[in-house]
Amino acid sequence: MSIAVVNSGGANISSVLHALRRLGADPKFTADAAEIRTADRVILPGVGAAGSAMEMLEERRLTQVIRQLEQPVLGICLGMQLLFESSEEDDARMLGIIPGRLLRLEEGDGLRVPHMGWNSITNQAPDAVTEMIDGKWFYFVHSYAAPVSEWTLSTSIHGIEFSAIVRKGNFFGAQFHPERSAQAGAALLNSFLETPL
Amino acid sequence: MSQIVNSGVARRIIPCLDVRDGLVVKGVQFRDHRVMGDIIELAARYRDEGADELVFYDITASPEGRSVDTRWVRRVSETIDIPFCVAGGIRSVESAGRILSQGADKISINTPALEDPSLINQLVKAFGSQCVVIGVDSIADEGVFTVRSHTGTPDAMKTPGRQTLDWLTEVVDRGAGEVVLNCMSADGTRAGYDIAQLAAARQILPIPLVASGGAGAVEHFISVFEEADVDAALAATVFHSGQIPIPELKRTLAAAGIEVRPC
Repeated sequence: MSIAVVNSGGANISSVLHALRRLGADPKFTADAAEIRTADRVILPGVGAAGSAMEMLEERRLTQVIRQLEQPVLGICLGMQLLFESSEEDDARMLGIIPGRLLRLEEGDGLRVPHMGWNSITNQAPDAVTEMIDGKWFYFVHSYAAPVSEWTLSTSIHGIEFSAIVRKGNFFGAQFHPERSAQAGAALLNSFLETPL
Repeated sequence: MSQIVNSGVARRIIPCLDVRDGLVVKGVQFRDHRVMGDIIELAARYRDEGADELVFYDITASPEGRSVDTRWVRRVSETIDIPFCVAGGIRSVESAGRILSQGADKISINTPALEDPSLINQLVKAFGSQCVVIGVDSIADEGVFTVRSHTGTPDAMKTPGRQTLDWLTEVVDRGAGEVVLNCMSADGTRAGYDIAQLAAARQILPIPLVASGGAGAVEHFISVFEEADVDAALAATVFHSGQIPIPELKRTLAAAGIEVRPC
């Protein structure tokens, strides 16, 4: 199986590659449109700010390439957020693959922003990719989150519920970092690679 | 005692490993045997024991003006599947970028931030708040908390003349994503975390706060979470000596009603 990890320009995305290699995969880290289009699975990682991440995708002429992908795609953390229409962060316009707007997390009253740490998730809709990780713990680092919607597969809580995993068609997104979420994270990545989709 | 709010986020337990020239400098005792030196083996064992995160601190880098050797960072990132932070000797966007590109999840800066606070803004702009941890060494003297710098070697330590709470306010304004507050009066005493100082810091910090310095018993972890409402507790000796195994610590915390990630 060929796996393309989109080189979206962030400094610290090599941990995603390391996690895939621990699973025995041989991911290609690439910004090449043809390589991305022909991969069996595409992973869109990302950390940092929504506005600058979109600028980098545009500079590399990848926004339309990603929108038109038909194979399973997994956005991780900011990569998940980029799948949505817009964000309160920088009032960014994003890929618009999944309807909705990212909102800043509430702070105060025992709630810290960024939300940084381990949370358990709760499955809200059945899906072959997520069925074995209901109730498991994952490592989150984010200041913006997708509200719960019809595209939500799993939720977590930071004061209020937010989308931990989303899916629309062939596009999946995980707000947490599966590459840094111990066995539970490896189980999700493995499921994304192995589940026939 | 303040009422802790269950926000949904587990409180984190963070072992801190001192590194010099790519080796862990203190021996570490696990339940079965003693491991000396090898970063990868120690990191993997703490991962297996249920540590939520690791901090690697190059104890000599900053005072000598060196930057950390980054080759081991990549090996750690390849091996472990929990987050880790690298501290010590990072004094520019370029040196931070080198560490992050090897797979570290966060970098922590201390003295260089005091010398040039705008470095915090530069790092946040380059990598995002979530990567930028500010380490603060602080001493309590008659209820007044003041910052120390160059603490890696005792002879080089300086008092930059900043009050700790003012400095914490400034680092938040500059976009820092997390603070590790090392209370030096408590450090090494194993008599407990400095609850008063950490609680004062908690009052003004909207970002995650990691307690450091003074852990000597399981009860100290319970009280620092309950009374100072910190997000994470960092310790070295009690974990390295094997005195407090992490699985047992987490079971005790859970039984006390403190939310932790099960091992």
